[in-house]
Amino acid sequence: MWPQQFDYQRADSIAGALAAIGADGKFLAGGHSLLPAMKLRLSTPDQLVDISRIDALRGIANGNGSLSIGGAATHADIAASAAVGAACPALAQACGMVGDQAVRNFGTLGGNIAHADPASDPPSVLVAVGASVTIASADGERTVGAEDFFVDLFETALDDGELITSINVPDLSDHQMAYVKLPHPASRYAIVGVCVALMMDGDTCGHAHVGVGGATVKAVKCAGAEAALAGSSLDDAALSAAVAALSDDIGEWLTGDVAYPEAYRSAMAGVFLKRAISAAKG
Amino acid sequence: MSTRIFGSGIKRREDPRLITGEARYTDDIKLQGALHMAVVRSPYAHAKILSIDSSAAAGMPGVRAIFTGADIGDLAGLPTAWLIPDSDLKTPEHPALASDVARYVGDGVAIVLADSRYQAQDAADAVMVDYEELPVVVDPHEAAQAGAPQLHDDVEGNIAFRWVMGDREAADAVFEAADVVVSERILQQRLLPTAMEPRAASAQYNAATSELTLWCTTQNPHIHRFIISAVTGLPENKVRVIAPEVGGGFGSKIPCYPDEALVSWAAKKLGAPIRWAETRSENYLTTIHGRDHVQFVDMAASNDGKILGVRATVYAGMGAYLSTAAPGIPTILHGLLYVGPYTIDNVFCESIGVMTNATPTDAYRGAGRPEATFLLERMVDKVAGALDMDPVALRRQNLIPPFADGHEVATTLIYDSGDYEAAFDKALAMAGYDDFRAQQAQALQAGRYLGIGVTTYTEMCGLGPSQVAGAVGFQGGLWESATVRVTPTGKVQALIGASPHGQGSETTLAQLISSELGFPVDDIEVIHGDTTETPMGWGTYGSRTTPVTGAALAQASRKLKEKARALAAHLMEANPDDIEYADGSFSVKGSPDQAQSIQEVALMAHLAWNMPEGMDPGFEESQFYDPPNFVYPFGTHIAIVEVDPVTGSIDLQRYIAVDDCGPQINPEIVAGQIHGGVVQGVAQALCEGVIYDDSGQLLTGTMLDYCLPKADMFPNFELGETVTPSPHHPVGVKGVGETGTIASTPTVYNAVLDALAPLGVAQIDMPLTAAKVWQAIQNANGGN
Repeated sequence: MWPQQFDYQRADSIAGALAAIGADGKFLAGGHSLLPAMKLRLSTPDQLVDISRIDALRGIANGNGSLSIGGAATHADIAASAAVGAACPALAQACGMVGDQAVRNFGTLGGNIAHADPASDPPSVLVAVGASVTIASADGERTVGAEDFFVDLFETALDDGELITSINVPDLSDHQMAYVKLPHPASRYAIVGVCVALMMDGDTCGHAHVGVGGATVKAVKCAGAEAALAGSSLDDAALSAAVAALSDDIGEWLTGDVAYPEAYRSAMAGVFLKRAISAAKG
Repeated sequence: MSTRIFGSGIKRREDPRLITGEARYTDDIKLQGALHMAVVRSPYAHAKILSIDSSAAAGMPGVRAIFTGADIGDLAGLPTAWLIPDSDLKTPEHPALASDVARYVGDGVAIVLADSRYQAQDAADAVMVDYEELPVVVDPHEAAQAGAPQLHDDVEGNIAFRWVMGDREAADAVFEAADVVVSERILQQRLLPTAMEPRAASAQYNAATSELTLWCTTQNPHIHRFIISAVTGLPENKVRVIAPEVGGGFGSKIPCYPDEALVSWAAKKLGAPIRWAETRSENYLTTIHGRDHVQFVDMAASNDGKILGVRATVYAGMGAYLSTAAPGIPTILHGLLYVGPYTIDNVFCESIGVMTNATPTDAYRGAGRPEATFLLERMVDKVAGALDMDPVALRRQNLIPPFADGHEVATTLIYDSGDYEAAFDKALAMAGYDDFRAQQAQALQAGRYLGIGVTTYTEMCGLGPSQVAGAVGFQGGLWESATVRVTPTGKVQALIGASPHGQGSETTLAQLISSELGFPVDDIEVIHGDTTETPMGWGTYGSRTTPVTGAALAQASRKLKEKARALAAHLMEANPDDIEYADGSFSVKGSPDQAQSIQEVALMAHLAWNMPEGMDPGFEESQFYDPPNFVYPFGTHIAIVEVDPVTGSIDLQRYIAVDDCGPQINPEIVAGQIHGGVVQGVAQALCEGVIYDDSGQLLTGTMLDYCLPKADMFPNFELGETVTPSPHHPVGVKGVGETGTIASTPTVYNAVLDALAPLGVAQIDMPLTAAKVWQAIQNANGGN
């Protein structure tokens, strides 16, 4: 576990960070995805620009019907945030399932999604609820929808030198929602993770948001399953239809390995969709 | 014997330094001017080394030297030290660096010595090795088939040995005549020992005195001294091996590894201290693995439930080279256990050691005995199924009746003592076995799948009589020695040749000495792990330190006590026969006011002002102890599980362990050993397992993929005990370091298969991951 030689700088501001970053540099926040990769020499940046102490990147605020979560807010802060708990409790749940307490105390949501591990928990929530990501660079700022942000396995819409300044999450406090996962017994990453947010009108589901990760190379928003649930009373027939639709939704992106093959993950995505709905309904 | 300290669950004196991070491990030892070694390792499981170009690396910052296999001609290959007889054993050359062919991913091909560990690794990455890939085989059964890729020219067909126990024809005749024969192919998957401290080695050579000091992570510094002497050519009295704090081993720190030989060689070659510590990735690639059997097993029984015979052909994966003790593990330590606690008259084992393009295997906690106990217990459950008998009733019917002093079984072992049914009954009562069967039936009505597994076991440990070691080809003795040294102020240093590394022996052995001699336990220090400071010993493994070293210490203490008694009598002008001893004090019978404490006697022995005629001064005794037999702990373990048929997930709900290791010196430490052993054994059943791909790449190379057990996988263990002393041991104790691992794997496996029986699932290869359980359920009911 001996990383290749690199330079280290600490930035005090977003502008300072953007000015400092070099062509082969990386931003360092919590370091819980980047440093292990560097120690294994899977990642060999020649420069780290530390953004973990930039206050402007750490805040969590709710305004205008949307949560704004700083790119360097930690999983622990998000999991414990009353604002997140009210507006998007599934995100708080998902952030509370990342790693262990020590990891959550350091690891940041921005770092998490920049790494884009397919088995990470928060991305399923972000794509399900239609979150967006605000990205800054020397050229200015842009905002990308979560679905477009996650491109492929460990691949995002981020370009070199770009910094995630905030993650913007719609206020869904009028929804019932949950994130549930089947953890890998070794890593506790998701073999499959499912986020469901339901807009209930009495016993009828007005609409549903569904996102899946773990089983897929990237977090996937499941429009077919959402459609199957919308307007239903979430009865067995609707659930079966949603499970079938989910299978199509994720089919293109399905992944697996020797220990947990695609067939298993696909089946479990359906199982955990039902469990997520059940958890969301309370 | 004072009962207060023997049997007291005092806290481990080792723990404060371990918990606070103050313990000093090999890699904590800074050596002035040291160079750091990095090893260039083969990325291929089997490849010709065409050329090595280190010119670019040699010019990098801080690099002092780079050596390849061609440069280390004066360093002999690593020896195999368990040469099992009558097995046509081949011991292929194991050079410290591969120079012609690399045979597993991680095989060392060059070393870089640099001023810092970072510089060494940067340069190691810059050493250009040109490889030509060769065909790869990692499965031991496949490797033994005709046409498989060959690893070594001098190991034809990859068969390193073929060890046979028993008479094949006699066994076959029993099986042909039997009412019932059950058969199974059992996969004992490869496991990673995963000691908390990875391996490390540092060496310093003093040219003025021609002395080499090697600090390394070893369970047996005296064996390491012998092997390092042999491979470097340095005389043994000029080699000092020190095992500082060693952070666990589970067997993986028994072998002598290339890295340890290389730092020793380079320290002399370069005249500078050399440091090396493996990364966790290297640990998983190059530290020995455990298990790796493909077993074909049959068990025969009569219709009325008498077990008639066990027959197995075992393909044991040895990996790319034969590690230090490897050939003894799937043979002597395996086949001889085929009777278990049962009255089985016919046993046969053919164990085939097979070379594969994988990390070498060797002893891993239990070492051969878990693999035997698993197959026995699995087959007993299968016989019960075939006969439609309760597996508990079948076991009870076949248990060996109680014996207190010796019972010879069909494998020729003579078990020392046992009362299997007592432990069995106690465990069944704790579990509420009969009630559970009713609950299980009820739960099934509600669509819930509960299962119970019951294992009865005995095992041999406390290795062992040296005469037996010689007879089975172990290239060493298996005795231990110890010195009990008392200072003039009455403080005790106990010097032992064994080398504890996490077992709590500093506490246990101090309690043992205290109970024998009466010194307060806190006045007794147990010193180990340095070949210059301590007397000769063969090491800590095979659950042998408390039984064997403990016996040496008990006997040395008793010699001291007799000397103290005679000196006390002399000082009090009394007849030695009139001296009474209690709690560290010698008094004259009938005159209790006249007394000499053990400390007073020790001081007078040191001063030697007034010694009896013929008594030497000083207060120190040594003892060599060669055990007359192994010790045979035993017991019954029970697990209760629930399987979620929708996901295949397994919930271990209860775990009951009743173990008998004779009198317990420290019940808390015994419980700790059982807890740790059970956790490791359950992990084999449920989640641990090495996976190689077809090209020999380790897919479980990090803890992200290799599933170590975690606390939340386990219920609180319910422990019980029975106490059956070993008849041949000075204080009657038996080893308990491996029983948990030996008993727990089949217990949990059988519980899961019991739960799955209503779904028609009869077999799943370990580990029983949710995906495999789910797939087995799908296969059994056609996916419906």
